[in-house]
Amino acid sequence: MATGSNPLASLPVEKASGWKLFLKTVIARAYPRIIGQQREKSWVFFDIFLPMLAISSYVFVYRAIGASEDYVGFVVIGGAMTAFWLNIMWSMSSQLYWEKEQGNLALYIMAPNSMMAVLLGMAVGGMFATLLRAVVIILLGSWFFHVQYVVVNFFQLLAVFFISMTALYGMGMMSASLFLLLSREADHLAQLAMEPVYLVSGMYFPIKAFSFWIAAAASIIPLTLGLDAMRQLVFQSGATLGFLSVTVELTILSILCVSFLIGARALLAYMEKLAIREGRLTESRR
Amino acid sequence: MQNISALNRSESWRSFWMATWLGWQIESNWTDPFLFAVYSIVKPLASAGILVVMYTVIAKGNFNTPIFPYIYFGNAFYIYVGAVMSGISWAVIDDREHYKTLKYMYIAPIHIPAYWLGRGVARFLTGSIAVVITIAFGALFLQVPLDLAKVDWPLFFVSLFTGIAMLAMMGLILASITLLIAHHFFLIGEAVAGALYLFSGAIFPLDVLPAWLRPVGFAIPITYWLELMRRSLVGNVAQAFPTLSHFSNLQLVGILVGLSVIFGIASTFIFRFCDYRARERGLIDRVSNY
Repeated sequence: MATGSNPLASLPVEKASGWKLFLKTVIARAYPRIIGQQREKSWVFFDIFLPMLAISSYVFVYRAIGASEDYVGFVVIGGAMTAFWLNIMWSMSSQLYWEKEQGNLALYIMAPNSMMAVLLGMAVGGMFATLLRAVVIILLGSWFFHVQYVVVNFFQLLAVFFISMTALYGMGMMSASLFLLLSREADHLAQLAMEPVYLVSGMYFPIKAFSFWIAAAASIIPLTLGLDAMRQLVFQSGATLGFLSVTVELTILSILCVSFLIGARALLAYMEKLAIREGRLTESRR
Repeated sequence: MQNISALNRSESWRSFWMATWLGWQIESNWTDPFLFAVYSIVKPLASAGILVVMYTVIAKGNFNTPIFPYIYFGNAFYIYVGAVMSGISWAVIDDREHYKTLKYMYIAPIHIPAYWLGRGVARFLTGSIAVVITIAFGALFLQVPLDLAKVDWPLFFVSLFTGIAMLAMMGLILASITLLIAHHFFLIGEAVAGALYLFSGAIFPLDVLPAWLRPVGFAIPITYWLELMRRSLVGNVAQAFPTLSHFSNLQLVGILVGLSVIFGIASTFIFRFCDYRARERGLIDRVSNY
């Protein structure tokens, strides 16, 4: 290897450590999520087109059964939020499994950076890239189906969105550690978490339709309360169809937020040790 | 001796049969039977559950309207579309990119289209379990009006098998196109299934669509197939909607058979074209590492 011929090899490398390394890792892992996902135009198209198809189908169902127009808005908002759930399952939870399949996971572990920073970078980048898609879905859905919004409290709406997203991505970081141990079953388990989660979190209908205890149990998924609170804040009939008051939902979301982030850290440390002990970091059972 | 007799069978039949066995292994042996059963039951029931809750919220639990069984049966039978059509096309990406065996399939003494169709059979079987469970759940717990004594069984089986054959041909077309595209277009199957779900009137009568979009629905064979499935199970309910009411059952079967034949012929030519292009451009063993 003639490294001397490479002009970059003679340049001094600035070595980071501590919080600087943590931050650099977050940025480095977020970069491909934000930039890379925009480069592949087919992904941008499919990420918007597929939820739009589902939204349109459910909107026409509501119209066929004579629902009020607010329900159309419920579907549009819920459909846009599915983009975040898809991102959580396919680009957060399954990510470490895919890295393992590609042979990158061992490199992540060997590198002197924190795995928590890697997960956080994936979360931040994924959240930002998905936000762009969700905004387009809402704009298109609102335009196609003439959705009327009546925003009650804009600051509360922003708070609900960001706290529920933090809790949701914290949950994604936790599940990513769990998927670290999985192999072929990872894809199937991610598939299993699609329709059942859309059902229990009330993506296309108010969660109040369930009994109190079912809705309460479903609230462990941050999207459930996040969606319910957002709908209460942007639709005329939202408050009457809400599960709990927005303040209570915000409080619960904040608790979930902290719990999932702490849980993700603990679970990641445990799972990483377990995976190393059982030799699962490099296995590839196709 | 068994191996020799297997080799003596026609190439197409042998390819189809072995691919069926292989497909079933891939679909089912990723976990233990219990989790596989849960997976097979929970997903379709949750999918139906979304529509049931949406309906319940608006109709206040009144299931005795024609629209409810229309939605319920349409959604239940649509499971076959995702299973058969996307299942066949997914086999290309699975073999080429995941298992990296497509090139070996090409040099083996097998008939590729028959092999792909065989890979779709496993999805057809798991899809059938899901359809039966969904319909049984609806009939038992949601007052879906299903009287087995009143079902038009000849129409049911003729429609079911013609429809499955039609879906298989559509799957073959999609698989052929998939040969030419890279892995990161993997969502093409879902996109086609999602578009057909919207335009075929699977969960709402086509009259609800804007007038300028309805012709798309009338051009899709799945529209006629779902109508026939509904009519065979609950004839009076299906005919309550004006969309296809001016067609008799025989006319609908004729349209379905005609469109299936057209798709069958098209799939042959599209496969030949895509297969030739893929060989010419060296795409058979392309791995894009997504």
